[in-house]
Amino acid sequence: MKIDIILCGVGGMGALSTAAIISQAALDMGLYMKQAETHGMAQRGGDVQSHLRLSDKEIASDLIPDGQCDIILSVEPMEALRYLPYLNKEEGWVITNENPFINIPNYPEKEEVLAEVKKVKNSIVFNADKIALDLGNPKGTNMVVLGAASKYLKIDIEKLEKAINDTFGRKGEEVVMANINALRAGREVADKI
Amino acid sequence: MEKLLLLGDEAIAQAAIDAGLSGIFGYPGTPSTEIIEYIQASKEAKGKNIRSSWASNEKTAMEAALGMSYTGKRAMFTCKHVGMNVAADPFMNSAITGVNGGLVYISADDPSMHSSQDEQDSRYYALWAKIPILEPSNQQEAYDMIHEAFELSEKFRLPVMLRITTRLAHSRAGVVIRKDKREQNQIAIPENPKQFILLPVNARRQYKELLAKQDGLELESKNSSFNKYIDGENKSLGVIACGLAYNYLMENFTQTKCPYPILKIAQYPIPTEMVNKMYQECDSILVLEEGQPLFEEKLKGFLNNGKKIMGRLDGTLTVDGELNPAKVGKALGLEVSEGFEVPSIVAPRPPKLCEGCPHADTYKALNEVMADFSKGRVFADIGCYTLGALPPYNAINTTVDMGASITMAKGASEAGFQPAVAVIGDSTFTHSGMTGLLDCVVDNTPVTIIILDNSITAMTGSQKSNATGRIESICEGIGVAKEHIRVITPLKKFHQENVNVLKEEIAYQGVSVVIPRRECLVWLNKKRKEEKQKQKQQE
Repeated sequence: MKIDIILCGVGGMGALSTAAIISQAALDMGLYMKQAETHGMAQRGGDVQSHLRLSDKEIASDLIPDGQCDIILSVEPMEALRYLPYLNKEEGWVITNENPFINIPNYPEKEEVLAEVKKVKNSIVFNADKIALDLGNPKGTNMVVLGAASKYLKIDIEKLEKAINDTFGRKGEEVVMANINALRAGREVADKI
Repeated sequence: MEKLLLLGDEAIAQAAIDAGLSGIFGYPGTPSTEIIEYIQASKEAKGKNIRSSWASNEKTAMEAALGMSYTGKRAMFTCKHVGMNVAADPFMNSAITGVNGGLVYISADDPSMHSSQDEQDSRYYALWAKIPILEPSNQQEAYDMIHEAFELSEKFRLPVMLRITTRLAHSRAGVVIRKDKREQNQIAIPENPKQFILLPVNARRQYKELLAKQDGLELESKNSSFNKYIDGENKSLGVIACGLAYNYLMENFTQTKCPYPILKIAQYPIPTEMVNKMYQECDSILVLEEGQPLFEEKLKGFLNNGKKIMGRLDGTLTVDGELNPAKVGKALGLEVSEGFEVPSIVAPRPPKLCEGCPHADTYKALNEVMADFSKGRVFADIGCYTLGALPPYNAINTTVDMGASITMAKGASEAGFQPAVAVIGDSTFTHSGMTGLLDCVVDNTPVTIIILDNSITAMTGSQKSNATGRIESICEGIGVAKEHIRVITPLKKFHQENVNVLKEEIAYQGVSVVIPRRECLVWLNKKRKEEKQKQKQQE
């Protein structure tokens, strides 16, 4: 078993905490894992990404090789497109929130961006922001997207829930449940497809 | 067996704690910062009384580490690659003095310049100083190597460099932690009272000793478990893979075995015997290095009249930038997989100043003032405020190295280019700006120095700034006239007031300092969150 994931978004949108949760779950399952991430200057409103690799065998490279990524998991649609050179053209999935995060003057038209995402053979593009908002957890978009991706992650959703508990436990029961609910709501979206 | 999920940086820090470290010294710099942060946050380190607060700059940090080593204790120094330039003086001379307690220097290089202004390779420094280098290829090796580095340092009585790069520093993996933790050394000053007195007469003797240690160091490299010769059937090519490059090589052989002999190098000086074996057996050699082509250049020689040596110098790999699996695969002539191209509509999303950042208000005021003069007069420095170079601000004209704002403005002013303005952050000011300010005061050069005080080292992720609460008294102590040290609050509502202050000080024909003071919002939010959490825990 191996699974290579790119998590992406804009600094502060929670891409890196999603990576931390998947990693925690993977470690719990006794899998090998490597997770490379962006720190420093790029985090100031720039694009952020994390290469997350899981396997039952030892992993060599910290970076995912071009064309071998199984899932691009994004909280922002244009950011999902930025990492297409890594995606496995035939079997790779793009799972992304559909709402643009516009902090640059030359952001392309939303429709064009979504059309590009849909050109990929396997994609789930949905309004994760709205689901999070409806749950009263507007910061939970990243967990909703993770929930949708969980169907393809080869990691039991219970393991992810446990990882959320481990990661957010010190912030209190309320925060844990809000994130678990967001995760479950995202999973429902994927299950309906 | 305890397995922790650790960044490469964190693995290094945990290893140092386990290896009997007494103190760590450094200045924040991506990608090295998390090493010291880990120790600062570690309860275990606190329990062991390991000192870990930030130094003012890399030079002071390295000297303090050397001082701790002098007492017989184990010490560590960390920096990003360009920090080695700041610490170069103690670095080179500490190879001559040698050490007493184990001393390990960590340099975190940043090929591809993810957060840096150049991609210099710190291995050159260590080779130049003739000290050993360890270059881990993964997090576990990083952990194990720290133990080895301290042993090696105490055995040869030399500082040892551990060189990492961004992808190891900022990549997480499971790391097996040793159960047997080493106790800290007791205080015991050097047996030879002249060891640390580098008078020429002593230095000449010490240097000879350093030279005499080289054969022993090479033997260590040859016998090191981190260096490996892995035989292959196809001798048309031999592959030398240094540090992280070994991973990218192996990534190309997950399904099959590499047909070529491989020499994995993770400990230097380069073991000649192992290289020679490969050279004799193989028709040509491919050198894979994450960084600059240091090894390749040596192997090729000035005349390049031996066997074919491939790598970054002959175009087999790019000369600049970090490696990756595809680059290495192509260099081996393998067919590599490809994904889709990035659609042309994707726009770059460069980093920028945060919403509500105090620097933004300062730049707005400064731009208004500078509009009265011809362009190119604002000399800036290294920090978040460097982003003022980008639209919509376009407020600064130079960024070179830590502290260069003040001294470059001075040089420009002395060329007759007045007014000249320097923009420098609080932490950068105490890092390398104070001596430049003294030069300005001594020459009474007309410059206006804007010290942006957000009370934190922001760019690297909110580390404590040694300048906090001290800027005015430092400036006054250095000799800036009290009435020309002006503090302003960079907020929209004070815009006009701030413009006026800047105008007055820029008009002044001498050294003036303006201090826009408002806390970094990222840090403020972080602080508030932590306080809230503490409160919750107390409830």
